[in-house]
Amino acid sequence: MKQLLVLSGKGGTGKTTVASALIKLMKASVFADCDVDAPNLHLVMQMNSQPQRSDYIGLPKAFIHEDRCIQCGACTENCRFHAIRFDSVFKVLPYACEGCGVCKAVCPVDAITLEYISDGELLLYQDFDRIFSTAQLKMGSGTTGLLVSKVKKQMIQFAANDSVAIIDGSPGIGCPVIASISGVDFVLIVAEPSISGISDMKRIVKTAEKFQTKLMICINRYDSSIEKTEEIENYCMENKLPYAGRIPYDEQAVKLINQGKTIVDVDCNSGRALRKIFVKVMAFLNENNRIEKYEN
Amino acid sequence: MKIAVLSGKGGTGKTLVAVNIAAVAENAVYVDCDVEEPNGYLFFTPELFDRKEVSVLIPVIDRSICTLCRKCIDFCNFNALACIANRMILFEEVCHSCGGCRIVCPVSAITEKEKVIGHIESGVSKNVIVKTGILNVGETSGIPIIRELLNENENDQRISVIDCPPGSACAVMESIRDADYCILVAEPTIFGIHNLNLVYELVEQFHKPHGVILNKCLEGENLAEQFCAENQIRILGRIPFHQEIGMMSSKGLILVRENETHRKFFVNLLNKVIEVIQNETITCP
Repeated sequence: MKQLLVLSGKGGTGKTTVASALIKLMKASVFADCDVDAPNLHLVMQMNSQPQRSDYIGLPKAFIHEDRCIQCGACTENCRFHAIRFDSVFKVLPYACEGCGVCKAVCPVDAITLEYISDGELLLYQDFDRIFSTAQLKMGSGTTGLLVSKVKKQMIQFAANDSVAIIDGSPGIGCPVIASISGVDFVLIVAEPSISGISDMKRIVKTAEKFQTKLMICINRYDSSIEKTEEIENYCMENKLPYAGRIPYDEQAVKLINQGKTIVDVDCNSGRALRKIFVKVMAFLNENNRIEKYEN
Repeated sequence: MKIAVLSGKGGTGKTLVAVNIAAVAENAVYVDCDVEEPNGYLFFTPELFDRKEVSVLIPVIDRSICTLCRKCIDFCNFNALACIANRMILFEEVCHSCGGCRIVCPVSAITEKEKVIGHIESGVSKNVIVKTGILNVGETSGIPIIRELLNENENDQRISVIDCPPGSACAVMESIRDADYCILVAEPTIFGIHNLNLVYELVEQFHKPHGVILNKCLEGENLAEQFCAENQIRILGRIPFHQEIGMMSSKGLILVRENETHRKFFVNLLNKVIEVIQNETITCP
């Protein structure tokens, strides 16, 4: 199975809009949403079935048993995450606790246990011809990377070997993004022509390169700044980064998304641009396939 | 007074709001906690007066002392240690720097060393102090940088505007830790509402007073406005969808420093927020 991941660095550049349209055009039977703390892909995929839900258990949380605690303070002293506070009794702040177990190890009277609680939910939609893996992290939770890996694992488990899977990523360059890049064959970056968009794009390009993943760049809402669009195109040229094309700002796109549709469900400017990008992405994927076969 | 700006969904205009509020306040501190993709400094182009590295501790295992007892491997809940071919290996990128392996090692073979994961830049742009946390590419967690940024800022009496990362996970929670007030920036799409709901739950859970700014408002019905009405969330202001705003932002211009209408809008907004904060602190001390 080949995996195509859509990333952007900056948030709100149109990852989900592009990913959902590619899923439609590619008639992809396998896809996933790895933006686990702000998932949105399910809102436009119109799945017919109800998802199969399973609890996501992340790392444990420390729990202090008051009856055994002798208030020596060793736990607080050794906790690097400032997760234990003294307020007449010693208490664990569950949101700050990372579940390392140091407090338990240093407690002289075994007053601390590590308890597992649900950190969110994994969802799997199985329509007769489509598999969609997604999740919702409990807010404030800290194990996003782990949940991302589980979303991908769940997707791979049910996917056929010969398919191309499309994965909607999360913004940023940290743990969820790094967890989503691992094992991916190809990253499509959706860039935004603005000073922020360009800065963030360069950081995500560096991140993808660090993991030696092949990447391609497209620009969304290019007409919001032709000057910055050209700057991105020049950057791609100078750095020999494959470039997939421009998508215009399209009021119709906002309306379609709000109706739970993708931009290729009806004929519109942004949808037409996306079809061209799709052709380039497929050509790039196939070309790399051929090279790999040749090298093998 | 600490004001956090967050949104759940990315690209709704957090930085736009945070930068402009900081710019209209007299003597404000702008703190960029979006350490994975910091952008505020691109607008402020501050004159830097300080740069400091942020590091975490990672274990160093002395092979001449290590007995390969594997107690550290068993202890590590993050699976950051392994023993391969009679040699201890550390996977730095998954180490959470808890220090547990050093504590459990029975022969004291483990010490710790500092590993730089990013840095904090401080600078000044006219009347605004600009503090930016920057995570190194390839590092997984920016939390220690956010923590350091906020610790530095903890006792500052000036108005601090905290620009948060997107999402609703640990980094956002850490960023709103000290906030007296949270501004949620929403955009009127189903994606925007879905994610607004998540951060709304987050601020409710932490009992943070909050209000919403509706950004990219178009004519006609507004999904985000409906959401606020249904949940009785205070609306602090509406920013229309305007090509000029997009154009200025894409160039890195600060609206309130370019245009009097924008300046008035953000002055009003800041005053409203200050008024709300003062009222809230009187009613719930």
